[in-house]
Amino acid sequence: MTCIKIDKQLWAQGLAAAEAQYRLFGPVKQGALYQFDALAAGQTPDLDGPNTRTSARAVVYPQSEVLFEYSLDSRDPEAHVLKETPAPAPRAALAVRPCDAYSFVLVRRNFEAPDVKDVYWLRNYAATVFVGLACDRPCSTCFCTSAGCGPYHEEGLDVLLVDEENHYLAKTITDKGAAFLQTAGWRTPADPEAEARIAQRRSAAEARVVSTVPTDRLAQIPQLELYAANFWQDVAFACINCGTCTYLCPTCWCFDIQDETRGNQGIRLRNWDSCMFPLFTLHGSGHNPRGQKVQRVRQRFMHKLKYYVDKYGDGIQCVGCGRCVQYCPVNIDIRRVCELMNGYGQNAACKVA
Amino acid sequence: MQPNPYLPYPVRIDEITIETEDKNLKTFKFSFLDPADEEKFAYRPGQFAELSIAGKGEIPIGIASSPTEKGFVKFTVNKVGLVTSHLHKMKEGDVMGIRGPLGNWYPWDLLAGKNVVIIGGGFAFTTLRSSIIYMLANRERFGDIHVIYGARTPGMLLYRQELAAWEARDDIHMHITVDATQDPSWKYNVGFVPTITDQKAPAADENTYAIICGPPIMIKFTQPVLDARGYAHDHIVMSLENRMKCGIGMCSHCNVGQYFVCKDGPVFTLAQLNAMPKEY
Ligand SMILES: Cc1cc2nc3c(=O)[nH]c(=O)nc-3n(C[C@H](O)[C@H](O)[C@H](O)COP(=O)(O)OP(=O)(O)OC[C@H]3O[C@@H](n4cnc5c(N)ncnc54)[C@H](O)[C@@H]3O)c2cc1C
Ligand code: SF4
Ligand code: SF4
Ligand code: FES
Repeated sequence: MTCIKIDKQLWAQGLAAAEAQYRLFGPVKQGALYQFDALAAGQTPDLDGPNTRTSARAVVYPQSEVLFEYSLDSRDPEAHVLKETPAPAPRAALAVRPCDAYSFVLVRRNFEAPDVKDVYWLRNYAATVFVGLACDRPCSTCFCTSAGCGPYHEEGLDVLLVDEENHYLAKTITDKGAAFLQTAGWRTPADPEAEARIAQRRSAAEARVVSTVPTDRLAQIPQLELYAANFWQDVAFACINCGTCTYLCPTCWCFDIQDETRGNQGIRLRNWDSCMFPLFTLHGSGHNPRGQKVQRVRQRFMHKLKYYVDKYGDGIQCVGCGRCVQYCPVNIDIRRVCELMNGYGQNAACKVA
Repeated sequence: MQPNPYLPYPVRIDEITIETEDKNLKTFKFSFLDPADEEKFAYRPGQFAELSIAGKGEIPIGIASSPTEKGFVKFTVNKVGLVTSHLHKMKEGDVMGIRGPLGNWYPWDLLAGKNVVIIGGGFAFTTLRSSIIYMLANRERFGDIHVIYGARTPGMLLYRQELAAWEARDDIHMHITVDATQDPSWKYNVGFVPTITDQKAPAADENTYAIICGPPIMIKFTQPVLDARGYAHDHIVMSLENRMKCGIGMCSHCNVGQYFVCKDGPVFTLAQLNAMPKEY
């Protein structure tokens, strides 16, 4: 694959050229926080911060997305019949961290099941080019290298940008990525040693991810034993079921479907939902299979760290971005919980600090 | 172009029947606005569909008609909340949508040549009706058929005319029961479903399968009876009802362990359920 050199002086100009064909998204500084958001015309993304609080998830899977439109007007011959919304225009997710890009690979397993395809997620995903930014300064909460990816991981990316002070190296990973660079007018080939430097920087960055989490035993511990483990009450004790962890997590995808009508016109839309909320599982009869907090907290961790390990046989449903660790108001730490689960049966006396 | 699995087929309500004395259960008979959609909606007994009302939402409901009945599909709906209450207010001729068929079905391949014991309670009898009609239409493919079906009172039984017709046949053993009744003309059983199961269910053997569908309390007390009668857990088939939205394994509402009730179920054997968390 080719490597392009992008002089930082040509950055804004290139993005302006790309804007003609792509809707741009990227990190934006809002107050003290960085968010992954849509860019206004002419706006450039803020690349100097840590990873964004909100992930790039909403680019492909918006918090609210209209699935259908309908009319309830009795004069309309098609009244009450649902009409599919049009497909999105091409978009580019700029400076996505490799962990966040990898999260789409994990979530895709659900939305592109062998027998059913979620046309909305898939068409948004297909319309998006992922321009990654390699991560040279991982946070203390990052544990991506334990979660199947890493600060220079390329899976899920179309281009990987590496910051070399006055310029970016743009490693082209897919044709889709090459087309984006072409549109932006960035064409200068990098020097022949560029790839070797990227490899070196990659090893150095990986070494800077100091937080590691053991996952090696998760697959072999029987599901119902982990489910019945003695630590769930302790793990769940402080949780206030706010749902922050699931809303910020790039690998969470639960949703609800609702109809909204104004006058005679309406939309059917889907909204992010969360297994942390008691209503999520409440039956019309009043029965609730996960009515207790401890059941919902267990669901979140079992889903990511056990059920999907068993379902796909390919590791945990978590990319190690550390958002849930950073933003949980009561400091519930998935790394500790994963340790407890992974060690279950070996260190039964261990408790969450 | 991928088909859009969220897009319902437009249907018209052709007939609405009040089923129970409390008027809380109605059967809706639909026909497809585009007759070609009926073929696309090819289903098997045990499957469900999302009934879709623009402006109100969608609800998962078991298919009460049998694929051997042509020209319509039927659903029997209990009035509980937002969408079901609205549906109960709709009229014949109204247009709405159905999306499906969804989920798996009772294991018809496995059941071929076998004895089948159907055990149902309350309004969970809908997909069991579908199954009975289907088996009777293919009668030579099955061994003995027993049906144990109970409701609180005679007036709460679904499909009363059909029940009477099945009672009159000699190729299906009907054991209808009510919890209690003052009606002197009631000529069937009185007692809870587990009790009647204990009295009437045939002895277990390799060739006999039980299909159970009913409220949790009925299932809880019927299962020990079947255990005591020697039914193996892979010979007990059940249908689950978790809260659902998408019905196609996307939204995770119905998730239990590594499975989606909507897609990997709703039909599971008890042996399968034993290996799953009890979150249903
Ligand atoms: C596979 C399956 C088959 C079913 N078959 C039948 C049937 O044949 N007849 C019948 O009367 N009922 C059936 N139900 C239950 C029926 O789906 C609920 O009673 C119905 O969704 C309640 O909707 P509501 O809007 O009136 O209630 P509300 O309480 O207002 O519910 C709001 C929403 O929550 C969801 N929801 C609530 N309760 C349930 C529930 N028990 N199961 C699934 N989703 C729920 C629905 O999306 C619903 O739109 C079945 C459920 C499942 C899962
Ligand atoms: S579970 Fe936490 S660490 Fe893992 S991907 Fe989600 S937010 Fe990141
Ligand atoms: S962020 Fe923390 S407190 Fe909030 S739901 Fe998640 S685990 Fe519970
Ligand atoms: S109802 Fe959406 S996953 Fe089952």
